[in-house]
Amino acid sequence: MNSITKKKVRVSDAFVYGLIYLCAGISVLLIVGIIIYVFVKGFSQINWEFLTTTTSILKGTVGIAGNILNTVYIVVLTMLLVTPIGVGAAIYLNEYAKPVRLVRIIELATETLSGIPSIIFGMFGMMFFGTTLGLKYSILTGTLTLTLMVLPLITRNTQEALKTVPDSYRHGAVALGAGKWYTIRTILLPSAMPGIITGVILAVGRIVGESAALLYTAGSSDLLPATAKAYLGKILQPGGTLTIKLYLSAQDGEFDVAFGIALVLLVIVLVINMGTKFIAKKFDVNRLN
Amino acid sequence: MGKKYASEKIAKAIFILFAIIAIVAVCSITVYMIKLGTPALSQVGVVELLFGTEWKPTAAEPTFGIFCVILTSIFGTMMALLIGVPIGVLTAVFLAEVGNKKIVMIVQPAVELLAAVPSVIYGLLGIMLLKPFMYNLELMVYNDISEHQFTGGANFLSAILVLAIMILPTVINISTSSIRAVQPSIKSASLALGATKIQTIFKVVLPAAKSGIMTAVVLGMGRALGEAMAIAMVAGGAVNFPLPFNSVRFLTTLIVGEMSYSSGLHREALFTIGLVLFAFILFVNIFLTRMIRKGDAE
Repeated sequence: MNSITKKKVRVSDAFVYGLIYLCAGISVLLIVGIIIYVFVKGFSQINWEFLTTTTSILKGTVGIAGNILNTVYIVVLTMLLVTPIGVGAAIYLNEYAKPVRLVRIIELATETLSGIPSIIFGMFGMMFFGTTLGLKYSILTGTLTLTLMVLPLITRNTQEALKTVPDSYRHGAVALGAGKWYTIRTILLPSAMPGIITGVILAVGRIVGESAALLYTAGSSDLLPATAKAYLGKILQPGGTLTIKLYLSAQDGEFDVAFGIALVLLVIVLVINMGTKFIAKKFDVNRLN
Repeated sequence: MGKKYASEKIAKAIFILFAIIAIVAVCSITVYMIKLGTPALSQVGVVELLFGTEWKPTAAEPTFGIFCVILTSIFGTMMALLIGVPIGVLTAVFLAEVGNKKIVMIVQPAVELLAAVPSVIYGLLGIMLLKPFMYNLELMVYNDISEHQFTGGANFLSAILVLAIMILPTVINISTSSIRAVQPSIKSASLALGATKIQTIFKVVLPAAKSGIMTAVVLGMGRALGEAMAIAMVAGGAVNFPLPFNSVRFLTTLIVGEMSYSSGLHREALFTIGLVLFAFILFVNIFLTRMIRKGDAE
């Protein structure tokens, strides 16, 4: 009997609810499963030697110090290059741009760039930076390739951050006689800083996890430079990041090493995720993934 | 005063320069991909290369047909979407409409983390967990069929599952925000007319969020088409017609797998594969996104 006082439970509704909960559960199960599995498999591998030496048959050591160094090199150099460019581009788009046409084209280009798969960046980087510019397989080739790849991420996050700065700040600055560049430097950039930092952290995460764009640009060397001078010259030498080493180890059947690296990568990813959370919470910023 | 003016001008010039880099990058990538990809097309022949089914680049009489590879990428992407999109959209419904706040606070970060896991880790887990499972399945299915070439579990099906998982975060995130953007008033109207919550979600909310969900599907499609390393580790190493238990090469995994030892025409053919992939991606990202926006405006 139908009644407005009695709540009728529809069987089909209950079924769909079950399905929805099931699907939501899949994501949670997947990530929890991945984290636990990688920690269990990789934990025994992690020790001081693994993190501070390179793999050497002579010395009988198994280590990823060379790959850690390469990863740090590529992350730092790429961020040094891409942050000013991305932030500058966002400032132009948001604060200066008058010609509507140009803005539309730049935004379309940024959008297109963000949709290009990393393997294409890898091929382009290999042939343009590596062959045409003669940089060969090197950390610099990888850096330049990744700069193009993460540029949209920085630009869009900065743009979002600049959009949240109230117009009254800009009007106030103009009314006080400040020039545009002066306003940007002293008011807009500091106000947008949390958003920019979030973009930077997300870009670091993207670079740390990147592999396809690096395999044929930065190469796969996993040695540490021998002398202090060689540390500088390393930029022009090939160097495989942690992800590349993981891939090659898995190909060679060295699953212990692969899981050790997977654990290191996962810890970095977790820290980065918490970092962006912390900033978002502290400064209440909107961000784009 | 003059100095100040100069710094303003310089700043503006630098910002324009930085903004234009994105255009320069897209243009040079396009030009390079075309320049690199066309020599093999003219040498092998457009039809033979794109629609040939034999890929034997290192044979004495090499053949460069990538039709199976193209089909693998297209079918693989479609199948991954077929699995990933329903799960993704239902998860989005949970996050935006059904779930109570406490559980949403668990599911949302889980999805974010899933997006951040590097693709080589998905590949590694695929090797360790999926491959043995698939191998057992393969043994069961092909028990009596002697002409089947056993793959050890590195097959099309493994790759589809990995892709389906990898597109989940993209589909979930964009669907969730588009469902959340649906006006509450139409929801209330539906509920007030006596529709149940589930009826409201599926007959009112999801249709209203249609264009956002379509965008999610398109972006997931782009992600699946372009994924390389994870599936390179689980899809196998031979070019075959994309059947579930065949070892297959995707457009991306063929490049990853063979670039290091290729030379001459073989290498040029790999660049053509890159060009085909690039064309697919541009079609998906620009054309399909446009179509959705146009449909939205009507």
